[in-house]
Amino acid sequence: MSTRHILLGLLAGGPSHGYDLKRRHDERFPQARPLAYGQVYTTLQRLVRDGLAEVDGTDSDGGPERTLYRSTAEGAKELAGWAAEITPPAPFVTNEIFAKVVCAILAAAGPTPTPGPASTPVRISTADPASSADPDPDPVPMPVPAADPVPAADPARYLIAQRAAHMARMRELTAVKTAPGADLATVLSADYALNHLDADLRWMTTTAARLTTLTAEVDPT
Amino acid sequence: MSSTSMSSTPMSRTDGAVPILAARGLSKAHGETRALRGASVELYAGEILAVTGASGSGKSTLLHCLAGMVRPDEGSVVYAGQRLDRLPEARLSELRRTEFGVVFQFGQLIPELTALDNTSLPLLLAGASRKAAHEQAGEWLERFGVRGQEGLRPGEMSGGQAQRVALARALVTGPKVVFADEPTGALDSLASEQVMTALAHTARETGTAVLLITHDAQVAAYADREVWLRDGAVSADAVALEATR
Repeated sequence: MSTRHILLGLLAGGPSHGYDLKRRHDERFPQARPLAYGQVYTTLQRLVRDGLAEVDGTDSDGGPERTLYRSTAEGAKELAGWAAEITPPAPFVTNEIFAKVVCAILAAAGPTPTPGPASTPVRISTADPASSADPDPDPVPMPVPAADPVPAADPARYLIAQRAAHMARMRELTAVKTAPGADLATVLSADYALNHLDADLRWMTTTAARLTTLTAEVDPT
Repeated sequence: MSSTSMSSTPMSRTDGAVPILAARGLSKAHGETRALRGASVELYAGEILAVTGASGSGKSTLLHCLAGMVRPDEGSVVYAGQRLDRLPEARLSELRRTEFGVVFQFGQLIPELTALDNTSLPLLLAGASRKAAHEQAGEWLERFGVRGQEGLRPGEMSGGQAQRVALARALVTGPKVVFADEPTGALDSLASEQVMTALAHTARETGTAVLLITHDAQVAAYADREVWLRDGAVSADAVALEATR
């Protein structure tokens, strides 16, 4: 997501200051990750540096003084170009769920790792921790606890848990969008996420049904 | 995301609640085809339970057995302490009329009757006067956002409107359980959203339990819980069943 273009879009309606831009962003794009103030101010400075926005005075409105920014003609041109630009439809398929399934198959097929020590051997000093002048010259070694066995990778189990998490998130988003008084921006943004989660779910169900074949393909041994 | 949301959907609740409707080990064959193979499911008062699964997985047969429309070959169906599978037909019929509401994929409204008359029908069958039935039916049509369509026949309504009339008809008698078999299966996504929102809100307001049959995860997301049916057996998780193929 291009924060600079979104800020240019929010500035298209007239001059605004950083705080107001952040607030309007979070209102316009509900369910999105809220913009950090630091990110807003850094982006505004870059827009000014690149001639896409400029300072339009200050505004105190009874509180601390705030710098107002406005878009330049160059900024408006940049925004129009970005808004008309086709977003490449999935040029690279980066699917973390698929990556985990494949890696789980590889891990399950590989040799069982030898459990090492659970962590660095625990040593407890008998010296008074408050006394740095007299460090304990020979800390008493404590028995190393047996390491937990390395858990077996299980792609099917992973898919079950992932599907449950997806479905739970879909229930949350459905509750958000059907809550009385939900505005259209909230509904549309929840719909976007619901449609993507739904696609993931269908993919996971199909993948689970083909795990045996996939396993044979990934690990022919 | 809440911590509970990460857990898988339980097959039944663990809080000691007693299900209003419980099926155990249901089997049912249609000729050579075994539609159900030991299916068990529980529905609790006031909850919306989604039963999902692929076409032909036995979802509709399960609904028919739970709603007392079909008797299982094996297993039991207990509704409010009574064995539905053993009730005489007359008593079953009365239960279906008074305690259950049903909505199908195609609302199955009577084509010759108006929306108001279709909605009034269950009340008239239960002995209400025409005036009282119309009054009550009108209130339910309003609740489902189809007030003003009272005089329309099913053929004159959109699919979404007809389905909301079917919902009004299913709920007009104040049933304890509504069985909804792919209620949005014939609708576009917007009409589907309107129908499901109306159903979920009304069920939660009135405390009506809903058994929702669907193959659509976005519809299932209106439910409190989801169970998956595959080859006539019920599982708490779709992937678990698929992975054991």
